[in-house]
Amino acid sequence: MKAKTVIEMKKISIEFPGVKALSDVDFQLESGTIHAVIGANGAGKSTLMKILSGAYPHYTGDIFINGELVSITDAKKSKELGIDIVYQEVDTALIPYLSVAENIMLDQLIFDKKSIINWRKIRQCAKDVLDRIGIELNIEKKVQDISLADKQMVLIARALIHERKFLILDEPTAPLSQAETEKLFSIVRDLVKNHHLGIVFISHRLPELFEICEKITIMKDGRIVKESLIEKITQNQVIEQMLGKTFDLVHHKKLKEKGQIALQVNHLVDDSGLVNDVSFHVNKHEIIGLAGLVGAGKTELCKAIFGMSNIKAGSIELYGKPIKNLTPYHAVKNHFGLIPEERRKEGIFVEEPIFKNLSIANLQPFTRLGSFIKQEKEREAARLMIQKIGAKTPNEHQKVANLSGGNQQKIAIGKWLMTDAEILLFDEPTKGVDVGAKSDIFNLIDEQAKEGKSVIYATSELSEILLITDRIYVMYDGKIVKELVTSETTEDEVMFYATGGEAYARA
Amino acid sequence: MQERKNNQTLLFIKDWAIVLAVILLIIVFTVSIPNFMQTNNVLNILRSISIVTIIAVGLTVSLSVNGFDLSIGSTATLANSVVVSMFVWFNMPTGVSILVAILAVLCVALFNAFLIVKVKIPDLFATLATMFIVEGVAMTYTGGGSISVGMPRLDGTPTEGRISDFFLLLSKTPWIILIMLVIVMLVHVFLTYTKHGRFLYAVGGNEEAAKLSGISVNRYKMLAYIFSAVLAGIGGLLLASQIGSAQINAGAGYLMPAVAAAFIGQSFAGHGKPNAIGTLFGAALVGILENGLVMLSVPYYSLNIIKGLVLAFALASTYYSRKK
Repeated sequence: MKAKTVIEMKKISIEFPGVKALSDVDFQLESGTIHAVIGANGAGKSTLMKILSGAYPHYTGDIFINGELVSITDAKKSKELGIDIVYQEVDTALIPYLSVAENIMLDQLIFDKKSIINWRKIRQCAKDVLDRIGIELNIEKKVQDISLADKQMVLIARALIHERKFLILDEPTAPLSQAETEKLFSIVRDLVKNHHLGIVFISHRLPELFEICEKITIMKDGRIVKESLIEKITQNQVIEQMLGKTFDLVHHKKLKEKGQIALQVNHLVDDSGLVNDVSFHVNKHEIIGLAGLVGAGKTELCKAIFGMSNIKAGSIELYGKPIKNLTPYHAVKNHFGLIPEERRKEGIFVEEPIFKNLSIANLQPFTRLGSFIKQEKEREAARLMIQKIGAKTPNEHQKVANLSGGNQQKIAIGKWLMTDAEILLFDEPTKGVDVGAKSDIFNLIDEQAKEGKSVIYATSELSEILLITDRIYVMYDGKIVKELVTSETTEDEVMFYATGGEAYARA
Repeated sequence: MQERKNNQTLLFIKDWAIVLAVILLIIVFTVSIPNFMQTNNVLNILRSISIVTIIAVGLTVSLSVNGFDLSIGSTATLANSVVVSMFVWFNMPTGVSILVAILAVLCVALFNAFLIVKVKIPDLFATLATMFIVEGVAMTYTGGGSISVGMPRLDGTPTEGRISDFFLLLSKTPWIILIMLVIVMLVHVFLTYTKHGRFLYAVGGNEEAAKLSGISVNRYKMLAYIFSAVLAGIGGLLLASQIGSAQINAGAGYLMPAVAAAFIGQSFAGHGKPNAIGTLFGAALVGILENGLVMLSVPYYSLNIIKGLVLAFALASTYYSRKK
């Protein structure tokens, strides 16, 4: 049995412009254990792990390895100390057109001083390490041709080559299927038992953590709120700690008139695999929430409805009439509007003035014969819309690039208010938006529902969803696992289903 | 206050840099060459930039969707070969000859659109391939040689057709200059004041956002390549009218100055994006430079050095400011 290695992080704090991401965090990690770190979005778990992996050298506090003070200044230093991290975006660490063997042995290829490479040795080493963890993978295959799960294995194998003592897995199971997840788990268990590694396992999926981990650390708002052995805590307690029972959010929404069914989605399946037999409906005047953690399939569902992915099965009905949104062009024609998650990339034209951004989805009212644009009418409408959405700007000629995130989002929403869209899909509309603009946006959405539109509000911010929606559909793993009435539910309950509670109960 | 004023001056210079450069060049050449500003020479310059400008305006439209059309030179060659062959080989009337040439360049446009929109090859590479294909097609069609009035066909049959006077008149002053100005104005109005122009720029500004706003991105990309091919074709027709024959790779020389003109024109009046009037000024800049240098007895074989430098400068001014 190898000697135990211990990493101790003491009073770790870190600040980013405007935010204190971590304050006085004490964290301890031992080799030979699987340690879960969990927290809501923005709780600081990724930041803590990035400090360990050398991505954020400007932390304050001390880190000891076996009692010896070390300072982690960059990724290289972190690796020398025996810490390796497998990020969620595995592709950033791999070279797609090199083979599996070359990727596993990448550091040897780069840092070996000799000019002539002993390919046989490279291949042999790669094969040995894959055998050691029991993975069957053709080492000659190019990495671009292997599955995501296999790519993770390549990274894990690379960490093993270096005899690392600690391995951080950042949401490794998010893109994996059930079978792949189980295989990963057996490998992780083997690494801990036979190679005596210390593993940090970050995941949003509670059942998984309870299946594989021995210890759990719960973070909230940049602090550690609870540390426990896994058998001494229940899933509900974990959720309670994650959310912090300090505030009790009451549902403030008034009950509104209930309209007829506006949108009916039946058994929708898309080709991304993250929309799997989804059925739900939205009434006129209603705001429904799509709750779920990152990667649950909310964005994919919105995109599938809006005609951005191939639909393999299922149907969509608008006011009882079956429709097909083959492309976004058809979706807009069918009175849909989407406020996308990646605002700057997908929602707005940053180099264009506000009035052009507002009218782009519906120029028809501002054109005369020969498709000439009635400039004055267009600008007048833009001025009215700027007032309506409360965007803060001197005039309608401002470039959208010069606006704040919140005001940019208002423009992205305003664009659809200039159209006759009946169904508005909001995908994480408050991302990167300050508190003031947030409440403006909520009011705006509420008004739309009052005026007779139907709103789908997709977010992983549960407090928002409880604040603004009438009903909630909780997504987990590409499926809607639960329908809840907002006035009768709690954040706990939503989180319970969003972390796979139901699936766990069934298993 | 002072700083702000400086900033505004700087912005003014940046926005009107091409116009200032054109004026500066005119002053320099007027001073150093006695008969530079004579009516004859001015008309001469305008005539010499007409074809480049028309082709460059087409390129401008393809640039507006953030595309690029390298095949414009070969497309002009194709139009040149087809129209002259119609006249000389087949003895066709003017209208039919022009129509057939335009149909030929439309095929090029559709092929480009197919490669870019359907097969999803990046614009630059797709049109690079088209450039060679069309060059080869034009050359194969003419049998690797030129076509001129009275010259027998490839198989030795004598030809009787001639090029109509009306067609030859098109490239005479002032008609060619008027044609250029009308095309520049039409494309300018189309891009700036119509819905379709707005959508073309939207596709170029942010393709994903344009798609999500319900714009049929593919249709507008295709439209842009139709524009660039048809205008290149018109350039080729005027070239045929000018030289009265079809020559091997006659249009190839127009690609580079057209690219230079379109890129120089981007900063015109603070547009910051491809625009027709800016392109006209860009072409004027290149044309004046060329004319003046020739009159200063710089040998023609050295002109490319200077034209290349101007292009590099134009590209630098576009991309350098974009980085920030």
